[in-house]
Amino acid sequence: MRRGIGEEVPRTLPAILRHVLPVWLALLVLLGASLALAYAPLHGLNGAVSLGIAAVKAILVAVFFMNLRRPDPLLRLAGAASLIWMSFLFALTFADLTARAPQTQPQAGQGRDSEPPMRQPF
Amino acid sequence: MSGALREPWRSLRRQREAAAFGTWIFLGGEAMLFAGLILAFAVMRALHPAGFILAGRETEVALGTANTAILLTSSLTMAVAAEAARAELRRATLWGMGLTLALGAAFLAVKGFEWSSDLEKHLFPGDGFALAEPSAQIFFALYWIMTSLHAMHMLGGMTVVAWLGWQAWRRARPLRSPAFEAAALYWHLVDIVWIVLYPLLYLGGRAP
Amino acid sequence: MNHITPAIPAPDAIPHEEPSYLTAERGIGSWLLTTDHKRIALLYMAALTAFFFIGGAGAVAIRLELFTPKADVLTADGYNRMFTLHGTVMIWFFLVPSIPTTLGNFLIPLMVGARDLAFPRLNLLSWYLFIFAGAVLIYALVAGGVDTGWTFYTPFSTTFSNGYVLLAGLAIILAGFSSIATGVNFLATIHLLRAPGMGWFRLPLFAWAIYGTSLVMVLATPVLTAVLLLVIAERGFGLPVFDPSRGGDPLLFQHLFWFYSHPAVYIMILPSFGVISEIVTCFSRRNVFGYDFMVYAILWIAIAGFLVWGHHMFVSGQSIYASLAFSFLSFVIAVPSAIKVFNWTFTLYRGQITFEAPMLYAVGFIGLFTIGGLTGLFLASIPIDVHVSDTYYVVGHFHFIMVGGAVSAFYGGLSFWWPKITGRKYPMTWARFAAILMFFGFGFTFFPMFIMGYLGMPRRYQVYPEEFQVWHVMSSAGAVLLAGAYLLPMGYLAWSVFWGEKAEDDPWNATGLEWSTSSPPPRDNFRTPPEVDEGPYFYHPEGEGPGHDHGDPHRDQVRTP
Repeated sequence: MRRGIGEEVPRTLPAILRHVLPVWLALLVLLGASLALAYAPLHGLNGAVSLGIAAVKAILVAVFFMNLRRPDPLLRLAGAASLIWMSFLFALTFADLTARAPQTQPQAGQGRDSEPPMRQPF
Repeated sequence: MSGALREPWRSLRRQREAAAFGTWIFLGGEAMLFAGLILAFAVMRALHPAGFILAGRETEVALGTANTAILLTSSLTMAVAAEAARAELRRATLWGMGLTLALGAAFLAVKGFEWSSDLEKHLFPGDGFALAEPSAQIFFALYWIMTSLHAMHMLGGMTVVAWLGWQAWRRARPLRSPAFEAAALYWHLVDIVWIVLYPLLYLGGRAP
Repeated sequence: MNHITPAIPAPDAIPHEEPSYLTAERGIGSWLLTTDHKRIALLYMAALTAFFFIGGAGAVAIRLELFTPKADVLTADGYNRMFTLHGTVMIWFFLVPSIPTTLGNFLIPLMVGARDLAFPRLNLLSWYLFIFAGAVLIYALVAGGVDTGWTFYTPFSTTFSNGYVLLAGLAIILAGFSSIATGVNFLATIHLLRAPGMGWFRLPLFAWAIYGTSLVMVLATPVLTAVLLLVIAERGFGLPVFDPSRGGDPLLFQHLFWFYSHPAVYIMILPSFGVISEIVTCFSRRNVFGYDFMVYAILWIAIAGFLVWGHHMFVSGQSIYASLAFSFLSFVIAVPSAIKVFNWTFTLYRGQITFEAPMLYAVGFIGLFTIGGLTGLFLASIPIDVHVSDTYYVVGHFHFIMVGGAVSAFYGGLSFWWPKITGRKYPMTWARFAAILMFFGFGFTFFPMFIMGYLGMPRRYQVYPEEFQVWHVMSSAGAVLLAGAYLLPMGYLAWSVFWGEKAEDDPWNATGLEWSTSSPPPRDNFRTPPEVDEGPYFYHPEGEGPGHDHGDPHRDQVRTP
């Protein structure tokens, strides 16, 4: 069932609601699932599961509410671009973080050698 | 009746596509803004896993979940409003936008209660912070920054929705104007940002 | 009803004296509330000139102070404030907006055959945001001063700095909004407002360059906003993120900052590539060599420019393995820049070259940019970078790119399109003199920096050992020439507006849609909506000889229905 493609949009309120209500229900079910699974003992996979569910929810909103299901390649391109650039940001920052030499500076909580000087309010 | 058409466009269809495209690019930028903050969160979580688990248990999960449900529902009403505007269903548009505004206000009200409860529990970083672990302060630093920036985006979205709703009410803006869809796109992005923040800020460290 | 019926009479019914965009409306309000992209370009030009003078004042103070090894003009704190002023104003309030907001604003709708940018009111809003941001920054710099350098490194900026860091950060965030608005506008215009027949590979290279720039603006600037918000939160509200004494990570700041600030270099240089491509092809009367590859090179730079930021952090304590990856990727990004330099050179080859002022700027650009680019490769090699990091070698390198490159191209573009913008011609002898003076003034100012940097002169130092004085004196003396070369065009261009000879529609016999309309263009750019059935360049094709017997390009490139 592919309603609402391109310029063909639903013209009546019931048609619109038929469109969006199932998506909303799915989102609420996913919200409940992610809350419940956060308390389940998943042996360290809780974070991955909750972020995975969040990704599904985000995709549902983007595809159905933000109309990415309409076959407009331009909008899909714009939507995909920021994801690619985010992957640049995360991949290269973590390339540094995961391979960094052990810290030689004093660790957190040990305080600094001198107090910061007085400074202006701005 | 082509009051919706503006310079320099020759057809409403093209103008509508441009409004959606322009908004999408802008939203790509907004996503990068939050990606920068989420990267900070991810880096700090990787550096201090224990402190982040400890601190993650202190957030108000009930209020956070309620707010997520409120925001998801506001996305529903906003989607209805945008589709209705496009179909030139005046009553449905106005109802949709009104409900969206009400739900947005409800979100901010719940957020306000949550913040005041956080302050009472001394969860604002600085002297007298509730948790002894220093890196827990970093979690809450990012919690305050991200939730307040998100709330500012909510305020911005509500301003736009209120303005467009008022114009639609006064019949000052034709319902076929692409602005309704653009505002809806923005609203949904603010929703998506919250969808990602929810597991990061409220669900970490809950499992035994 | 889906179509606006153009309120334009048939072409032959038009009296030739149809008012241009300059005379269509009168009064100060018609300028300050205009949504005409051409007028907004002029508003930007006025604002940028002011910021250029303010940033230039910082440079004057620096060069004056460095004339002698001792501190004799400024206090140490005052010197820090001056180079911060110079850096922040020149980067965010001159170089980043320079070509896109002036020439780009003016030319993009003309080049794609549109009546205006996609969102004209957003365009005006971005100007007001820019002005407001500039006012906030100037207030911060004058009232309290900022001593962090333009990079705002933590934990100095968040904990120790004794200046108006918060306000300066806010100003740069606001300028970022303006930049994003401009980028969105250009992207939407180039995607959706191209004239019938204007396919992607019929776009002039300047339009492609602005397209790539806009992409970088929209995707990089928000990350700068994010990192400045974190700085403001830590400094203003005590929320720890970067402070190592509270478990924060100062390297995280550098990652986020350079994720914007390295691509920002491409925001500054990509538009110059576009300008130079237009000028070189016009004054050598040959089609751009390898148009397709020029396009791919622009896109390659716009995307891969995001993958190299870590080469600013080789000595920061970043992982050595990450440094290796960033070093390799920095060599990769040199390839498209080299493609462009080679293609300009091949465009010149067997051309009928004439040295009008824009061409002199362009040829100077190619040489200076090549030196700047090659020294960049030295800096991308970790062993050399460890030696010259934070020395004048780095200062020399990025000034060759940004001043020898971007500013030369800005002046070149200005002198190329000036007849189109104002409808007047400027005195060519003076212009040629200014272009040559700029080249030599630039060389005297910045080339010594490579030598003293290699010898170990650190950047941002006010007091230095006497052995470096000869280089500093040379540099300061060159700066006087350079200042003269920058001021001269302001004089003769202003003169030309009042007393200059009237310019023809196409004074350089150039091809491209912008030259097919009148000089200056009417409010709606074209009397009849243009249709395009040719590429942007119609000089002598690559395979043909120079053809000394026919200097004219095809003139019927644009068919008007």
